[in-house]
Amino acid sequence: MYMFKYVCKRIGLMLITFTIIIITCFVLVKLLPVDVSTVGIGEDADKIIAQMVSRGYMKMDSSGKYVNTPIIEQLGRYLKNIFFYHDFGIGFNMPEYRGRAVWSVFIEKLPPTILINIYSAILAIPIGIALGIFAALKKNKWQDHLISTVVMVFISVPAFVYASLLLYLICFKLSILPLGVVSLPDIVTTYPEKGYVYQPGTFNWPLYFNKKMFLSMLPAVFSMSFGSIAGYARYTRAELTEVLTSEFMLLARTKGLTKSQATVRHALRNAMVPIFPMIIGEFVSVLSGSLVIEKIFQIPGVGGLYLASINSTDYDFFMMLSGFYLLVGLLAGLVVDLSYGVIDPRIRMGAK
Amino acid sequence: MRAEEYKISSEKFVLHSAGEQLHDEKLETKPVSYLKDALHRFTKNKASIAAAFIIGILFVFSMIGPIVSPYKVADEDINYAYVLPKNDFFYEHELGFWDGGRQMGVTEATYNLYRGIEQETGRTVIMTEPEVRQEEYMGKAVSYYDFRLDTYNVVGVKFVLLKHHEYVALQEYQDEYNVQVIFPITDPALRPEAEQDKTNANIWYRTKAGAGRKTATVFDENGDFIPIYQADNGMDEYTSKMYYEGDEKLYNYAEPKDGGMWNVRVDYREYYKYLHHKAGDGIEYPSFLLGTNNAGKDLLICLASGARFSFILSIIVASVNLFVGAIYGSIEGYYGGKIDLIMERIVDIMASIPMMVVITLLKYHLNVSHIVILFVAFFITGWTGMAGRTRMQFYRFKNQEYVLVAKTLGAKDSRIMFKHIFPNAIGTLITSCVLVIPSVIFSETTLSYLGIVNLNTGSLTSVGSLLATGQNFLFTYPHMILYPSIFISLLMLSFNLFGNGLRDAFNPSLRGTDE
Repeated sequence: MYMFKYVCKRIGLMLITFTIIIITCFVLVKLLPVDVSTVGIGEDADKIIAQMVSRGYMKMDSSGKYVNTPIIEQLGRYLKNIFFYHDFGIGFNMPEYRGRAVWSVFIEKLPPTILINIYSAILAIPIGIALGIFAALKKNKWQDHLISTVVMVFISVPAFVYASLLLYLICFKLSILPLGVVSLPDIVTTYPEKGYVYQPGTFNWPLYFNKKMFLSMLPAVFSMSFGSIAGYARYTRAELTEVLTSEFMLLARTKGLTKSQATVRHALRNAMVPIFPMIIGEFVSVLSGSLVIEKIFQIPGVGGLYLASINSTDYDFFMMLSGFYLLVGLLAGLVVDLSYGVIDPRIRMGAK
Repeated sequence: MRAEEYKISSEKFVLHSAGEQLHDEKLETKPVSYLKDALHRFTKNKASIAAAFIIGILFVFSMIGPIVSPYKVADEDINYAYVLPKNDFFYEHELGFWDGGRQMGVTEATYNLYRGIEQETGRTVIMTEPEVRQEEYMGKAVSYYDFRLDTYNVVGVKFVLLKHHEYVALQEYQDEYNVQVIFPITDPALRPEAEQDKTNANIWYRTKAGAGRKTATVFDENGDFIPIYQADNGMDEYTSKMYYEGDEKLYNYAEPKDGGMWNVRVDYREYYKYLHHKAGDGIEYPSFLLGTNNAGKDLLICLASGARFSFILSIIVASVNLFVGAIYGSIEGYYGGKIDLIMERIVDIMASIPMMVVITLLKYHLNVSHIVILFVAFFITGWTGMAGRTRMQFYRFKNQEYVLVAKTLGAKDSRIMFKHIFPNAIGTLITSCVLVIPSVIFSETTLSYLGIVNLNTGSLTSVGSLLATGQNFLFTYPHMILYPSIFISLLMLSFNLFGNGLRDAFNPSLRGTDE
């Protein structure tokens, strides 16, 4: 019961934070003038204005000019559109998405981001933890020093540096892997026998599961995973060395367990307590991905869309994606915090 | 037991050291202050010392570089774009690297062009003996020449448009310093037919239409180039004593163009020196230690001034965050209760705002320089961490007895907060303040790399935009991304090691928990 109350409180606080930030953001965005002259030429602009009017964000005033409706009204309509019609607005500045519903573009961009993150997590978590365990068991020997040094380098060096290095060496000089993620129409033409159909505005999941797509995603996956591997290795090593020196390990050895038995049965399980929430957090944040990696490898993902929407001042996209990133970030934090209590009964959640 | 049996007469008692004065023994050792102790622990950590040293070098480089270097960020010369790193010492001693050379494999036409430049300017363009290889290209055997190309000397001769008085000034310069800058103009009628070569000033010899709409060279019977210089027809009143060969005036050195301009063929290396001589900025011949970028800007000065901006920004952000965060966190932590609850909610919300959203909204709303936007954004999202740390320290110390004593003695709240409790938080705050610097540099680099903030004004650039430009030329000119990458990696690595060392030094109890 106590726990339930605590979880409810945390979720409530998260929602309050989310609402405040999003409403502030909405108001600030809507205060900006929508310059119809830059929206597009001729017919496009008319279409977009028509869309805005039908959504209630604009209306015709007495002199026959289109003006924005009051912000409070816009906010109400915006929320209503989202909750009742699943409508997050339309794109009006990015040429390729002009007049398209934000949501349909978003779900089209989601699969590559998620896949690259998941592949990278699948690669990074076992390797990172294994390296950490190895380093902890060989503490202060050369293996430990080597691993610790490499980990330090990979934690410090920014992702765009080793991503560029990877791109240059593996993809360009040695030509082992393709240079960028292949486009979906390309996949359709590469595998005519599989009968793929590319439908804009949908997830297109089947198109992502084939050899060509997988290979082209690999460089990005590798660059994403380096940092995570280093992070997991460092964290596991620190936790495990602490547990290995604790007294219950001595007890385990005195009652006759071998070193490996004691390590696997007692030390590892205890060391995993703070690492497991990290893993859960990683799987929540697979949705968000990395802007830098998506830019370097030209992944047609959410990050690229967000950058494009910022640079071309496409407000509806910006609003929706900011909300998305914010939600994912808050959720990941919340899940990590709550999972501590679930995994380790010794931690009483919300205790003062 | 009766007391009388043990009665000892009082005379038997003698004071042990009567008449002597007893004092506490004076301490032989000197008191060690907290900072000294931390410094002592810090100096024991070899990796951190090395890291601090590297940070120091990078800092000095970024601060002094822009002052010492004759180049400015605003200096750009498109003719020297993409030149490779060159060190004059390595160049003169022909060590084979860091000499502005670039391995090339070119067709015969291009090879001949380079030979032409070499012959006309009298400077080495082809640095190594070319190796010829035959390759099949579109069904025909094509010979390729592999050699090391001097990316500086290959610029050769350029057409420049000068006003008449500029032309005369250039002639006077030639006479004064006895160098030949102006080369004879080529005959328009004999200029190459291929469209892409029409404006190429380096073709001073007879050509013909070659295969695939390319220009091919025509040689005389000895295999030499045949010059196509415009013979003197009195069009230009060339007065300088410098002539192409001999003392007589055989050729035209300028041709009139529209608007009173003169089209002149100049030896660009000498002309570059002339331009800088005129500007008086102490630059002689072009030589860039880290090469140039796509706009012909010196990468060394761009890197140094970008780094300087990053350092200054991060130091200011760190100190402002420390100041605001420390005060806010002190109030929160000291008073606790409702005040803490409300202030903590504000911090929660502030800390959750994504940096990207702040920057974008500021960018949309404020029509100010991106430097200001960066600063405001870092402040909005950054001070909460500092506040949280201070608050935690206050919670740890505010219920200790010595605080109670101070309160009983009537100390004011502000005195207790800043005189008695705050010094306990200094260690943690110094460590986190130092670690704010690399994180600000990193975020700033990432943001300018992604193009969300654009710091490229005339006299400013940032490491992030250097990296972003370098990324576009990753496969053709990797030197453009190499040096900024090395810089940022080295800086981040050193700061991480340095931060670890600092943390161990200031909080010995945390040692090794996070290595």
